[in-house]
Amino acid sequence: MSTTHLVAAAPAESRNRRARVRAARKRIRPGWGRILAWAVLIAVMIVTLFPFYWMLRTALSNNNALYADPGSLLPVDPTLGGFRRVFGLASAEEAAAEGGTTGSIDFWLYLRNSVIVATAITTGQVLFSSMAAYAFARLHWKGRDAVFFLFITALMIPPIFVQLPNFILIRDLGLLNTLAGVILPFFFMTPFAVFFMRQFLLGIPREIEEAAMIDGAGHGRIFFRVLLPMSSTPLVTLSLLAYITAWGEYFWPLLVGRADEARVLTVALGVFRAQTPQTGPDWAGLMAGALVAALPVLILFIVFGRRFVENIGYSGIK
Amino acid sequence: MASASRMTPRIRRRPRSDLRVALLFIAPAAMGFVAFYFLPAIRGLWFSFTDQNLIGSGDFIGTANYERMFDDPLFWNALWVTIQYVVINIGVQTVLALALAVLLHRLTRSIVIRGIVLLPYLVANVVVALVWFWMSDYSIGIINVVLEEVGLDRVAFFGDPAMAIPTVALINVWRFLGYTALLLFAGLQMIPPQYYEAAALDGASEWRMFWTITLPLLRPVLALVLVISVVGSFQIFDTVAVTTEGGPVNATRVIYYYIYQQAFERFDLGYASAIAVFLVVMLASIAYLQLKIMRSDRSDLA
Repeated sequence: MSTTHLVAAAPAESRNRRARVRAARKRIRPGWGRILAWAVLIAVMIVTLFPFYWMLRTALSNNNALYADPGSLLPVDPTLGGFRRVFGLASAEEAAAEGGTTGSIDFWLYLRNSVIVATAITTGQVLFSSMAAYAFARLHWKGRDAVFFLFITALMIPPIFVQLPNFILIRDLGLLNTLAGVILPFFFMTPFAVFFMRQFLLGIPREIEEAAMIDGAGHGRIFFRVLLPMSSTPLVTLSLLAYITAWGEYFWPLLVGRADEARVLTVALGVFRAQTPQTGPDWAGLMAGALVAALPVLILFIVFGRRFVENIGYSGIK
Repeated sequence: MASASRMTPRIRRRPRSDLRVALLFIAPAAMGFVAFYFLPAIRGLWFSFTDQNLIGSGDFIGTANYERMFDDPLFWNALWVTIQYVVINIGVQTVLALALAVLLHRLTRSIVIRGIVLLPYLVANVVVALVWFWMSDYSIGIINVVLEEVGLDRVAFFGDPAMAIPTVALINVWRFLGYTALLLFAGLQMIPPQYYEAAALDGASEWRMFWTITLPLLRPVLALVLVISVVGSFQIFDTVAVTTEGGPVNATRVIYYYIYQQAFERFDLGYASAIAVFLVVMLASIAYLQLKIMRSDRSDLA
């Protein structure tokens, strides 16, 4: 932590005041403290970024060669073999030659499943939670606050408590090992999404709706044509949060979606990790799979991330 | 025109009830809430008093599951291991996140830097766990290669029972550090900059400003972030499930994983539910106590 003084003791002359205020506005004055602070920040960024690079470096390596040169900063004996194995394109001999897993795995299928699951969950959850948030923030009805409170208490409940009975429910509905079973519990709402959108809607001036009402708009029109378009920033933030969460969910799909046809990437990675070849783990293949699981959300973030970063935390505590 | 738009809504606003419209708007979410939160919560509570298994239906057995729980050394071990995890995870994460948030706040407004710091949060727990599992591999993981290079001993990060929980805890610090820091950063932005300017004019050091301005004014935000991260931290599962699977010798058999094993490996849903009920009660009490102690509802800004 820097102990640099922002303003050195100077004679208290009033004509200096403006300059001193300006100096104080600068966050930290150039000096050792500031250099040290930047050094720490850069170190944090290196520690943040290095594992991503290491994933890539390993994924592009020949798994057998990794053992010979574990410290190499570049891919060892570069090959796309890891990716070929993960996408089920490599023959058993080819995989064995590089020290890879020979079990049958098809990340195309799991990637498709993950995209379907995360997209469906995000769409349903954001739409329905926003609608509910409108009813909680903007409509007058008896019992509104009590119902809202009930919704919000669910925020504090560890998911496993309801997911055990939910498993029985999904089983009884005959939806085990279907994408529907993986999607359903998160499709209609999460307490957080309702809470988040309500907070935002509460902050929109009422005059806007009243003006629309005078123009003869009903609640449906006000919500879909006036309020939603005004809410693009929180909607992007919430959608990205929902997508990240749905994409990374492991526990629930592990319970209800173990079979190939409903297996998402996180579950597939767990299975892949458990299929260790006799020679030793297929690290190259595993990191290729991990990269496939990480990339789609990273791309989404690069496209939509700006508003997300700016708005995280304004009520975005999750 | 102007007077009309001021008059009409005032007449229409108060007396009406929007119940019918509200029901329409809330219907899908309410359906999901009842089906996947409310009824399961009641059912879960009921399961905890039965010998429900994964296949059939269960019979009422009173408080037998709870009695068994209090006599189960593996349950107490799971609780103890989880608490160790939470203390290390939250302790390290909070201090580092606070430091990072202050650094960002005092140094830069760069969106790119904040974006980079957030990257680990975007990646699934499972991916994060596997990457670090690989990097800390005993024989060819880069961390051990470097340790040996600089003349230190290799560390069995996941294989040594004493190291396993700290390792898992620190891996998840890596994932959540940037996110937590940005939540705190948002809180820092709410502190009026005049305070810092005035303090700077009086010659206060950065260190002193942190203790006398930043920390007291950030308290409500910090309290909320702490409550949320502690509750989340107790739910550690993914990292353990894809790396140690509870081992070595129960060293990482955290409570979430123990519940999972009881339900889906021993098929004992009744007992698993009883432990889950315990977890619910414990987390609710912790959250309540934390908010009470930190008086998060009262801001020093007022």
